[in-house]
Amino acid sequence: MSSGDIWIIGASMTPFGRHDDKDLIDIAAESALDALGDADVTIEDIDILTMGNVYEANSHNGQRLQKQIGQTGIPVYNVVNACATGATALRVALLSIKAGESDIGLAVGVEKMGKGGLIGGAAKKRDARKVYSPNGRYGSVLKTEGILGTGIMPGVFAQAGTEYALAHGVTATHFAKVAQKNHAHSVLNPLAHYRKEFSLDDILNADVIAFPNTLPMCCPNTDGAASVVVVSDAKLKTMDPDVRRRAVKISASVLTSDPWVEGGQVQPDVSTLTRNAATAAYEQAGVGPEDLDLVELHDCFATAELIHYDNLGLCEPGGAGDFLDSGAPWRDGKTPVNVSGGLLSKGHPLGATGIANIYEVATHLRGEAGDRQITGAKVGLTHVIGLASACAVHILEAGVR
Amino acid sequence: MPGQIPVVDYLVLGDPPHLQARMCAQCDALYFDRRNACAHCGRRDFTWKALASTGQLRGYTQVHRAAPSVPVPYISAIVELDGGGVVKANLIDAQLDDITPGLTVTMTTFVAGVDDDGTEAIAFGYKPVKEQG
Repeated sequence: MSSGDIWIIGASMTPFGRHDDKDLIDIAAESALDALGDADVTIEDIDILTMGNVYEANSHNGQRLQKQIGQTGIPVYNVVNACATGATALRVALLSIKAGESDIGLAVGVEKMGKGGLIGGAAKKRDARKVYSPNGRYGSVLKTEGILGTGIMPGVFAQAGTEYALAHGVTATHFAKVAQKNHAHSVLNPLAHYRKEFSLDDILNADVIAFPNTLPMCCPNTDGAASVVVVSDAKLKTMDPDVRRRAVKISASVLTSDPWVEGGQVQPDVSTLTRNAATAAYEQAGVGPEDLDLVELHDCFATAELIHYDNLGLCEPGGAGDFLDSGAPWRDGKTPVNVSGGLLSKGHPLGATGIANIYEVATHLRGEAGDRQITGAKVGLTHVIGLASACAVHILEAGVR
Repeated sequence: MPGQIPVVDYLVLGDPPHLQARMCAQCDALYFDRRNACAHCGRRDFTWKALASTGQLRGYTQVHRAAPSVPVPYISAIVELDGGGVVKANLIDAQLDDITPGLTVTMTTFVAGVDDDGTEAIAFGYKPVKEQG
Protein backbone atom coordinates (compact mmCIF):
# COMPACT_ATOMS: atom_id res chain seq x y z
CA MET A 1 0.00 0.00 0.00
CA SER A 2 1.46 3.31 -1.04
CA SER A 3 1.68 5.95 1.67
CA GLY A 4 1.58 8.73 -0.92
CA ASP A 5 4.99 9.96 0.20
CA ILE A 6 7.48 11.25 -2.35
CA TRP A 7 11.16 10.37 -2.01
CA ILE A 8 14.42 11.79 -3.28
CA ILE A 9 16.65 8.98 -4.54
CA GLY A 10 19.22 11.03 -6.45
CA ALA A 11 20.64 14.52 -5.96
CA SER A 12 23.50 16.45 -7.46
CA MET A 13 24.97 19.90 -7.73
CA THR A 14 27.72 21.13 -10.04
CA PRO A 15 30.45 23.28 -8.55
CA PHE A 16 29.01 26.80 -8.32
CA GLY A 17 31.15 29.54 -9.86
CA ARG A 18 32.16 30.75 -13.28
CA HIS A 19 31.73 28.22 -16.07
CA ASP A 20 32.77 30.34 -19.03
CA ASP A 21 33.81 27.30 -21.06
CA LYS A 22 30.38 25.63 -20.81
CA ASP A 23 26.97 26.69 -21.99
CA LEU A 24 23.74 26.39 -20.03
CA ILE A 25 22.94 22.93 -21.35
CA ASP A 26 26.44 21.59 -20.62
CA ILE A 27 26.01 22.52 -16.98
CA ALA A 28 22.45 21.19 -16.80
CA ALA A 29 23.48 17.91 -18.44
CA GLU A 30 26.39 17.42 -16.04
CA SER A 31 24.08 17.85 -13.09
CA ALA A 32 21.22 15.76 -14.53
CA LEU A 33 23.51 12.83 -15.39
CA ASP A 34 25.10 12.97 -11.93
CA ALA A 35 21.67 12.85 -10.28
CA LEU A 36 20.56 9.92 -12.46
CA GLY A 37 23.78 8.10 -11.59
CA ASP A 38 23.31 8.86 -7.91
CA ALA A 39 19.80 7.34 -8.11
CA ASP A 40 21.12 4.32 -10.04
CA VAL A 41 18.65 4.94 -12.88
CA THR A 42 18.95 6.17 -16.47
CA ILE A 43 17.01 8.73 -18.48
CA GLU A 44 15.07 5.75 -19.89
CA ASP A 45 13.52 5.25 -16.44
CA ILE A 46 12.27 8.82 -16.08
CA ASP A 47 8.54 9.58 -16.60
CA ILE A 48 8.65 13.39 -16.35
CA LEU A 49 11.35 16.04 -16.76
CA THR A 50 11.03 19.51 -15.27
CA MET A 51 13.51 22.26 -16.06
CA GLY A 52 13.95 25.44 -14.05
CA ASN A 53 15.74 28.43 -15.58
CA VAL A 54 15.15 32.18 -15.50
CA TYR A 55 17.34 34.17 -17.90
CA GLU A 56 17.03 31.85 -20.92
CA ALA A 57 13.52 30.70 -20.11
CA ASN A 58 12.18 31.18 -23.62
CA SER A 59 14.66 28.66 -25.09
CA HIS A 60 12.76 25.43 -24.17
CA ASN A 61 15.75 24.29 -22.17
CA GLY A 62 14.16 21.05 -21.01
CA GLN A 63 13.92 19.84 -24.58
CA ARG A 64 17.43 21.11 -25.33
CA LEU A 65 18.66 19.08 -22.35
CA GLN A 66 16.89 15.98 -23.70
CA LYS A 67 18.83 16.31 -26.93
CA GLN A 68 22.04 16.02 -24.89
CA ILE A 69 21.05 13.22 -22.50
CA GLY A 70 18.15 11.30 -24.07
CA GLN A 71 15.00 12.01 -26.08
CA THR A 72 12.57 9.49 -24.67
CA GLY A 73 9.32 11.23 -25.54
CA ILE A 74 8.29 11.98 -21.95
CA PRO A 75 6.46 15.17 -20.96
CA VAL A 76 8.74 18.14 -20.28
CA TYR A 77 7.81 21.24 -18.29
CA ASN A 78 9.91 24.39 -18.54
CA VAL A 79 9.45 26.34 -15.32
CA VAL A 80 10.19 29.93 -14.32
CA ASN A 81 9.35 31.49 -10.96
CA ALA A 82 12.08 34.03 -10.18
CA CYS A 83 14.55 32.84 -7.51
CA ALA A 84 12.07 30.10 -6.51
CA THR A 85 12.34 28.57 -10.00
CA GLY A 86 14.28 25.44 -9.05
CA ALA A 87 12.06 24.63 -6.10
CA THR A 88 9.02 25.16 -8.30
CA ALA A 89 10.43 22.76 -10.90
CA LEU A 90 10.81 20.14 -8.18
CA ARG A 91 7.21 20.73 -7.15
CA VAL A 92 5.96 20.22 -10.71
CA ALA A 93 7.63 16.79 -10.81
CA LEU A 94 6.30 15.99 -7.35
CA LEU A 95 2.75 17.02 -8.25
CA SER A 96 2.83 14.81 -11.34
CA ILE A 97 3.76 11.85 -9.14
CA LYS A 98 1.10 12.74 -6.58
CA ALA A 99 -1.45 12.97 -9.40
CA GLY A 100 -0.58 9.43 -10.44
CA GLU A 101 0.69 10.45 -13.89
CA SER A 102 4.31 9.53 -13.15
CA ASP A 103 6.27 7.23 -10.88
CA ILE A 104 9.67 8.82 -11.23
CA GLY A 105 10.68 12.36 -12.14
CA LEU A 106 13.85 14.37 -12.82
CA ALA A 107 13.91 18.03 -11.80
CA VAL A 108 16.79 20.18 -13.04
CA GLY A 109 17.61 23.79 -12.18
CA VAL A 110 20.29 25.74 -14.04
CA GLU A 111 21.49 29.30 -14.56
CA LYS A 112 24.30 31.21 -16.18
CA MET A 113 24.23 34.58 -14.48
CA GLY A 114 26.64 36.53 -16.66
CA LYS A 115 28.33 39.55 -15.14
CA GLY A 116 25.47 42.08 -15.08
CA GLY A 117 24.24 41.26 -11.62
CA LEU A 118 21.14 42.62 -9.99
CA ILE A 119 21.71 46.37 -10.18
CA GLY A 120 20.89 46.94 -13.85
CA GLY A 121 22.93 48.17 -16.78
CA ALA A 122 23.66 51.56 -18.29
CA ALA A 123 20.78 53.57 -19.71
CA LYS A 124 20.51 53.46 -23.50
CA LYS A 125 21.56 56.64 -25.27
CA ARG A 126 18.75 58.29 -27.15
CA ASP A 127 19.35 60.57 -30.07
CA ALA A 128 15.85 62.01 -30.11
CA ARG A 129 15.01 65.27 -28.37
CA LYS A 130 14.20 64.84 -24.71
CA VAL A 131 10.62 65.94 -24.11
CA TYR A 132 8.90 64.83 -20.92
CA SER A 133 5.78 62.83 -21.60
CA PRO A 134 3.92 60.64 -19.08
CA ASN A 135 4.46 56.99 -19.84
CA GLY A 136 3.44 53.64 -18.44
CA ARG A 137 1.36 52.57 -15.51
CA TYR A 138 2.55 55.36 -13.23
CA GLY A 139 2.64 58.10 -15.85
CA SER A 140 6.36 58.59 -15.25
CA VAL A 141 8.30 61.10 -17.33
CA LEU A 142 11.77 59.69 -16.56
CA LYS A 143 13.35 56.64 -14.96
CA THR A 144 12.49 56.89 -11.27
CA GLU A 145 15.12 54.48 -9.88
CA GLY A 146 17.24 56.57 -7.52
CA ILE A 147 14.80 59.49 -7.69
CA LEU A 148 11.85 57.87 -5.92
CA GLY A 149 13.93 55.49 -3.84
CA THR A 150 15.14 52.10 -5.06
CA GLY A 151 13.33 49.06 -6.35
CA ILE A 152 16.33 46.89 -7.23
CA MET A 153 17.14 43.80 -5.22
CA PRO A 154 20.01 45.01 -2.99
CA GLY A 155 17.86 47.96 -1.91
CA VAL A 156 14.64 46.03 -1.50
CA PHE A 157 16.24 43.46 0.78
CA ALA A 158 18.20 46.12 2.66
CA GLN A 159 14.95 47.96 3.37
CA ALA A 160 13.29 44.73 4.51
CA GLY A 161 16.17 44.33 6.96
CA THR A 162 16.14 47.88 8.29
CA GLU A 163 12.40 47.67 8.79
CA TYR A 164 13.06 44.70 11.09
CA ALA A 165 15.95 46.57 12.69
CA LEU A 166 13.85 49.65 13.47
CA ALA A 167 11.12 47.47 14.96
CA HIS A 168 13.30 45.07 16.96
CA GLY A 169 16.57 46.85 17.66
CA VAL A 170 19.00 44.76 15.62
CA THR A 171 22.08 46.56 14.31
CA ALA A 172 24.30 46.68 11.23
CA THR A 173 26.70 44.43 13.15
CA HIS A 174 24.00 41.76 13.48
CA PHE A 175 23.58 41.69 9.71
CA ALA A 176 27.34 41.50 9.23
CA LYS A 177 27.48 38.52 11.60
CA VAL A 178 25.20 36.62 9.22
CA ALA A 179 27.76 37.06 6.44
CA GLN A 180 30.62 36.18 8.78
CA LYS A 181 28.89 32.89 9.61
CA ASN A 182 28.04 31.90 6.05
CA HIS A 183 31.47 32.71 4.67
CA ALA A 184 33.03 30.69 7.51
CA HIS A 185 30.74 27.76 6.71
CA SER A 186 31.62 27.87 3.01
CA VAL A 187 35.23 26.95 3.71
CA LEU A 188 34.04 23.37 4.27
CA ASN A 189 32.04 23.17 1.03
CA PRO A 190 34.07 22.11 -2.04
CA LEU A 191 31.17 23.11 -4.35
CA ALA A 192 30.90 26.72 -3.09
CA HIS A 193 31.80 29.66 -5.34
CA TYR A 194 33.83 31.38 -2.61
CA ARG A 195 35.53 29.59 0.27
CA LYS A 196 37.06 32.41 2.24
CA GLU A 197 36.54 33.53 5.82
CA PHE A 198 36.02 37.21 6.63
CA SER A 199 36.33 38.92 10.00
CA LEU A 200 33.47 41.05 11.23
CA ASP A 201 35.62 44.15 10.66
CA ASP A 202 36.39 43.06 7.10
CA ILE A 203 32.68 42.76 6.40
CA LEU A 204 31.63 46.00 8.10
CA ASN A 205 34.42 47.98 6.40
CA ALA A 206 33.93 46.57 2.91
CA ASP A 207 32.34 48.62 0.11
CA VAL A 208 28.73 49.45 0.87
CA ILE A 209 26.31 48.25 -1.81
CA ALA A 210 23.02 49.19 -0.14
CA PHE A 211 23.35 49.95 3.58
CA PRO A 212 23.58 47.93 5.74
CA ASN A 213 24.66 45.38 3.13
CA THR A 214 28.32 45.60 2.16
CA LEU A 215 29.84 43.55 -0.66
CA PRO A 216 30.42 40.32 1.37
CA MET A 217 26.78 40.61 2.50
CA CYS A 218 25.48 40.25 -1.08
CA CYS A 219 25.39 37.03 -3.10
CA PRO A 220 27.82 36.81 -6.02
CA ASN A 221 26.92 36.20 -9.67
CA THR A 222 27.35 32.49 -10.09
CA ASP A 223 26.76 29.82 -12.74
CA GLY A 224 25.62 26.36 -11.77
CA ALA A 225 23.08 23.58 -11.86
CA ALA A 226 21.44 21.17 -9.45
CA SER A 227 19.15 18.19 -10.01
CA VAL A 228 17.06 15.68 -8.07
CA VAL A 229 15.38 12.41 -8.94
CA VAL A 230 12.10 11.83 -7.10
CA VAL A 231 9.91 8.74 -6.91
CA SER A 232 6.59 7.60 -5.50
CA ASP A 233 6.42 5.45 -2.41
CA ALA A 234 5.23 2.51 -4.49
CA LYS A 235 8.09 2.89 -6.94
CA LEU A 236 10.65 3.14 -4.15
CA LYS A 237 9.48 -0.19 -2.75
CA THR A 238 10.52 -1.87 -6.01
CA MET A 239 14.01 -0.44 -5.99
CA ASP A 240 17.40 -1.77 -4.90
CA PRO A 241 17.91 -1.89 -1.11
CA ASP A 242 20.89 0.45 -1.42
CA VAL A 243 18.72 3.04 -3.20
CA ARG A 244 16.02 2.65 -0.52
CA ARG A 245 18.56 3.01 2.27
CA ARG A 246 19.69 6.39 0.94
CA ALA A 247 16.22 7.70 0.07
CA VAL A 248 15.15 10.99 1.66
CA LYS A 249 11.48 11.69 2.30
CA ILE A 250 9.89 14.96 1.20
CA SER A 251 7.64 15.47 4.22
CA ALA A 252 6.34 18.85 3.10
CA SER A 253 6.35 20.79 -0.16
CA VAL A 254 4.67 24.17 -0.13
CA LEU A 255 4.55 27.10 -2.56
CA THR A 256 3.00 30.47 -1.73
CA SER A 257 2.71 33.91 -3.30
CA ASP A 258 2.15 37.31 -1.73
CA PRO A 259 -1.18 37.89 -0.10
CA TRP A 260 -2.27 41.54 -0.21
CA VAL A 261 -0.77 43.71 2.52
CA GLU A 262 -0.85 47.48 2.76
CA GLY A 263 2.28 48.89 1.16
CA GLY A 264 3.05 45.65 -0.68
CA GLN A 265 2.52 47.53 -3.94
CA VAL A 266 5.56 49.75 -3.32
CA GLN A 267 7.82 47.53 -1.21
CA PRO A 268 7.62 43.77 -1.80
CA ASP A 269 6.69 41.99 1.41
CA VAL A 270 9.21 39.17 1.70
CA SER A 271 7.95 38.06 5.09
CA THR A 272 4.25 37.21 4.94
CA LEU A 273 4.49 34.64 2.16
CA THR A 274 7.43 33.00 3.95
CA ARG A 275 5.50 32.86 7.21
CA ASN A 276 2.53 31.33 5.41
CA ALA A 277 4.70 28.77 3.62
CA ALA A 278 6.50 27.77 6.83
CA THR A 279 3.28 27.39 8.80
CA ALA A 280 1.78 25.16 6.09
CA ALA A 281 4.98 23.12 5.78
CA TYR A 282 5.30 22.44 9.51
CA GLU A 283 1.67 21.32 9.56
CA GLN A 284 2.10 19.12 6.49
CA ALA A 285 5.24 17.45 7.86
CA GLY A 286 4.06 17.21 11.45
CA VAL A 287 7.32 18.70 12.70
CA GLY A 288 8.15 22.04 14.26
CA PRO A 289 11.12 24.39 14.04
CA GLU A 290 12.57 22.81 17.17
CA ASP A 291 12.86 19.48 15.32
CA LEU A 292 15.09 20.85 12.54
CA ASP A 293 18.70 19.64 12.43
CA LEU A 294 19.62 22.09 9.66
CA VAL A 295 18.10 24.81 7.50
CA GLU A 296 19.10 26.13 4.08
CA LEU A 297 17.31 29.46 3.67
CA HIS A 298 17.32 32.25 1.12
CA ASP A 299 20.19 34.54 2.14
CA CYS A 300 20.42 36.49 -1.13
CA PHE A 301 21.51 39.36 1.15
CA ALA A 302 22.56 39.17 4.81
CA THR A 303 19.52 41.25 5.76
CA ALA A 304 17.25 38.60 4.27
CA GLU A 305 18.70 35.74 6.31
CA LEU A 306 18.19 37.53 9.61
CA ILE A 307 14.52 38.28 9.05
CA HIS A 308 13.87 34.75 7.80
CA TYR A 309 15.00 33.33 11.19
CA ASP A 310 11.88 35.01 12.45
CA ASN A 311 9.70 34.25 9.40
CA LEU A 312 10.51 30.53 9.59
CA GLY A 313 9.83 30.42 13.34
CA LEU A 314 13.42 29.53 14.23
CA CYS A 315 13.32 32.17 16.99
CA GLU A 316 10.76 34.02 19.09
CA PRO A 317 8.93 36.77 17.21
CA GLY A 318 11.28 39.76 17.12
CA GLY A 319 14.12 37.65 18.48
CA ALA A 320 16.32 37.19 15.40
CA GLY A 321 19.14 39.31 16.85
CA ASP A 322 19.26 37.29 20.08
CA PHE A 323 19.03 34.05 18.09
CA LEU A 324 22.09 35.07 16.10
CA ASP A 325 24.00 36.35 19.15
CA SER A 326 23.41 33.00 20.89
CA GLY A 327 25.31 31.21 18.11
CA ALA A 328 22.23 29.11 17.26
CA PRO A 329 22.54 29.32 13.45
CA TRP A 330 26.23 28.41 13.36
CA ARG A 331 27.03 24.85 12.32
CA ASP A 332 27.70 23.84 15.93
CA GLY A 333 24.63 25.70 17.22
CA LYS A 334 21.07 24.70 18.05
CA THR A 335 19.68 25.21 14.51
CA PRO A 336 22.49 25.32 11.93
CA VAL A 337 21.55 27.63 9.06
CA ASN A 338 23.24 27.65 5.66
CA VAL A 339 26.06 25.25 6.47
CA SER A 340 26.66 25.14 2.71
CA GLY A 341 27.86 28.74 2.87
CA GLY A 342 24.49 29.96 1.72
CA LEU A 343 23.84 32.09 -1.31
CA LEU A 344 26.30 34.65 0.11
CA SER A 345 29.32 32.44 -0.51
CA LYS A 346 28.07 29.30 -2.25
CA GLY A 347 26.48 31.51 -4.93
CA HIS A 348 23.02 32.11 -6.36
CA PRO A 349 22.38 30.82 -9.90
CA LEU A 350 18.68 31.74 -9.82
CA GLY A 351 17.19 28.68 -11.53
CA ALA A 352 19.41 26.23 -9.66
CA THR A 353 19.25 27.67 -6.16
CA GLY A 354 16.05 25.97 -4.98
CA ILE A 355 17.25 22.53 -5.97
CA ALA A 356 20.76 23.20 -4.65
CA ASN A 357 19.23 23.83 -1.22
CA ILE A 358 17.42 20.49 -1.48
CA TYR A 359 20.67 18.82 -2.52
CA GLU A 360 22.46 20.24 0.52
CA VAL A 361 19.91 19.12 3.08
CA ALA A 362 19.40 15.70 1.44
CA THR A 363 23.15 15.12 1.45
CA HIS A 364 23.31 15.75 5.20
CA LEU A 365 20.30 13.52 5.86
CA ARG A 366 22.09 10.75 3.95
CA GLY A 367 25.16 11.28 6.10
CA GLU A 368 27.23 12.06 3.01
CA ALA A 369 28.19 15.71 3.49
CA GLY A 370 31.84 15.03 4.23
CA ASP A 371 33.70 17.68 6.20
CA ARG A 372 30.60 19.83 6.61
CA GLN A 373 28.30 17.00 7.76
CA ILE A 374 25.90 17.90 10.56
CA THR A 375 26.27 14.79 12.67
CA GLY A 376 23.15 12.68 12.95
CA ALA A 377 20.95 15.04 10.92
CA LYS A 378 17.44 13.58 10.53
CA VAL A 379 15.19 16.54 9.61
CA GLY A 380 15.94 19.62 7.52
CA LEU A 381 14.15 22.55 5.92
CA THR A 382 14.81 24.41 2.69
CA HIS A 383 13.45 27.83 1.79
CA VAL A 384 13.66 30.04 -1.26
CA ILE A 385 11.93 33.25 -2.12
CA GLY A 386 11.60 34.88 -5.53
CA LEU A 387 10.36 38.37 -6.30
CA ALA A 388 7.71 38.97 -7.05
CA SER A 389 6.60 36.83 -5.45
CA ALA A 390 6.99 33.15 -4.74
CA CYS A 391 8.15 31.25 -1.68
CA ALA A 392 8.87 27.53 -1.54
CA VAL A 393 9.48 25.62 1.67
CA HIS A 394 10.36 21.93 1.73
CA ILE A 395 10.87 19.75 4.78
CA LEU A 396 12.99 16.65 4.27
CA GLU A 397 13.47 13.66 6.56
CA ALA A 398 15.99 10.87 6.57
CA GLY A 399 14.36 7.61 5.48
CA VAL A 400 13.91 4.49 7.57
CA ARG A 401 17.16 2.66 7.11
CA MET B 1 9.06 80.71 -16.04
CA PRO B 2 9.55 77.13 -17.28
CA GLY B 3 6.70 74.67 -17.19
CA GLN B 4 6.64 71.88 -14.67
CA ILE B 5 5.44 68.30 -14.86
CA PRO B 6 5.29 65.68 -12.06
CA VAL B 7 7.68 62.73 -12.46
CA VAL B 8 4.77 60.40 -11.81
CA ASP B 9 1.07 61.07 -12.20
CA TYR B 10 0.25 60.27 -8.57
CA LEU B 11 2.10 63.45 -7.56
CA VAL B 12 -0.26 66.43 -7.81
CA LEU B 13 1.57 69.75 -8.19
CA GLY B 14 -1.08 71.75 -6.33
CA ASP B 15 -0.76 74.13 -3.44
CA PRO B 16 0.42 72.32 -1.50
CA PRO B 17 1.80 69.50 -3.65
CA HIS B 18 0.47 66.15 -2.51
CA LEU B 19 0.09 62.52 -3.54
CA GLN B 20 -3.16 61.02 -4.70
CA ALA B 21 -4.12 57.35 -4.92
CA ARG B 22 -6.89 55.27 -6.34
CA MET B 23 -8.93 53.92 -3.44
CA CYS B 24 -11.06 50.80 -3.59
CA ALA B 25 -14.69 51.73 -2.98
CA GLN B 26 -15.21 48.52 -1.01
CA CYS B 27 -12.17 48.07 1.24
CA ASP B 28 -10.26 51.39 1.00
CA ALA B 29 -7.08 49.72 -0.33
CA LEU B 30 -4.84 52.32 -2.00
CA TYR B 31 -2.98 52.09 -5.32
CA PHE B 32 -0.69 54.47 -7.19
CA ASP B 33 -1.28 52.84 -10.57
CA ARG B 34 -4.49 52.17 -12.47
CA ARG B 35 -6.23 48.97 -11.49
CA ASN B 36 -8.28 46.37 -13.28
CA ALA B 37 -9.63 45.27 -9.92
CA CYS B 38 -8.66 45.61 -6.28
CA ALA B 39 -5.82 43.23 -5.36
CA HIS B 40 -7.28 43.02 -1.85
CA CYS B 41 -10.99 42.37 -2.38
CA GLY B 42 -11.49 42.06 -6.13
CA ARG B 43 -13.96 44.94 -6.42
CA ARG B 44 -13.73 47.02 -9.58
CA ASP B 45 -14.95 50.42 -8.36
CA PHE B 46 -12.44 53.06 -7.31
CA THR B 47 -12.45 56.62 -6.07
CA TRP B 48 -9.60 59.07 -5.59
CA LYS B 49 -7.99 59.88 -2.26
CA ALA B 50 -5.59 62.73 -1.48
CA LEU B 51 -2.87 61.41 0.83
CA ALA B 52 -1.29 63.15 3.80
CA SER B 53 2.11 64.77 3.41
CA THR B 54 3.38 63.55 6.78
CA GLY B 55 4.16 60.08 8.01
CA GLN B 56 6.65 57.80 9.72
CA LEU B 57 9.73 56.21 8.19
CA ARG B 58 9.31 52.42 8.28
CA GLY B 59 12.38 51.13 6.39
CA TYR B 60 15.36 52.56 4.54
CA THR B 61 18.65 51.90 2.83
CA GLN B 62 21.48 54.03 1.58
CA VAL B 63 22.31 52.97 -1.97
CA HIS B 64 25.98 53.20 -2.94
CA ARG B 65 26.08 50.92 -5.99
CA ALA B 66 23.59 51.36 -8.83
CA ALA B 67 23.33 51.43 -12.59
CA PRO B 68 25.70 54.02 -14.15
CA SER B 69 22.89 56.51 -14.86
CA VAL B 70 21.79 56.66 -11.21
CA PRO B 71 23.71 59.13 -9.00
CA VAL B 72 24.77 57.66 -5.65
CA PRO B 73 24.71 57.66 -2.71
CA TYR B 74 21.13 58.39 -1.78
CA ILE B 75 18.80 57.21 0.97
CA SER B 76 15.70 55.31 -0.13
CA ALA B 77 12.89 55.33 2.41
CA ILE B 78 9.58 53.58 2.89
CA VAL B 79 7.11 55.95 4.53
CA GLU B 80 3.83 55.05 6.18
CA LEU B 81 1.62 58.10 5.65
CA ASP B 82 -0.67 59.50 8.31
CA GLY B 83 -4.23 58.49 7.50
CA GLY B 84 -3.22 55.63 5.19
CA GLY B 85 -0.94 54.78 2.31
CA VAL B 86 2.66 53.58 2.04
CA VAL B 87 5.09 55.21 -0.37
CA LYS B 88 8.72 54.76 -1.43
CA ALA B 89 10.84 57.85 -2.08
CA ASN B 90 14.16 59.41 -1.17
CA LEU B 91 14.95 60.74 2.28
CA ILE B 92 16.55 64.11 1.65
CA ASP B 93 18.37 66.66 3.79
CA ALA B 94 19.23 63.82 6.17
CA GLN B 95 22.03 61.46 7.16
CA LEU B 96 21.83 57.81 8.20
CA ASP B 97 22.51 58.90 11.78
CA ASP B 98 19.31 60.99 11.77
CA ILE B 99 17.18 57.87 11.38
CA THR B 100 15.46 56.61 14.50
CA PRO B 101 12.52 54.24 14.98
CA GLY B 102 9.27 56.01 14.10
CA LEU B 103 11.04 59.03 12.57
CA THR B 104 8.42 61.58 11.49
CA VAL B 105 8.90 62.93 7.99
CA THR B 106 7.18 65.44 5.75
CA MET B 107 6.96 65.61 1.97
CA THR B 108 8.95 68.07 -0.07
CA THR B 109 9.48 68.46 -3.81
CA PHE B 110 12.56 68.98 -5.96
CA VAL B 111 13.55 69.30 -9.61
CA ALA B 112 14.64 65.87 -10.89
CA GLY B 113 15.47 66.92 -14.46
CA VAL B 114 14.86 69.40 -17.26
CA ASP B 115 13.88 68.42 -20.81
CA ASP B 116 14.85 70.10 -24.11
CA ASP B 117 11.84 72.43 -23.88
CA GLY B 118 12.92 73.62 -20.46
CA THR B 119 10.14 71.74 -18.69
CA GLU B 120 11.12 70.71 -15.18
CA ALA B 121 10.30 67.23 -13.90
CA ILE B 122 9.22 67.64 -10.28
CA ALA B 123 9.83 64.72 -7.91
CA PHE B 124 8.98 64.30 -4.26
CA GLY B 125 10.93 63.16 -1.26
CA TYR B 126 10.70 63.27 2.52
CA LYS B 127 12.69 65.12 5.12
CA PRO B 128 12.78 64.59 8.86
CA VAL B 129 10.55 66.80 10.97
CA LYS B 130 12.85 68.35 13.57
CA GLU B 131 11.58 68.36 17.13
CA GLN B 132 10.87 71.91 18.33
CA GLY B 133 12.48 73.29 21.47
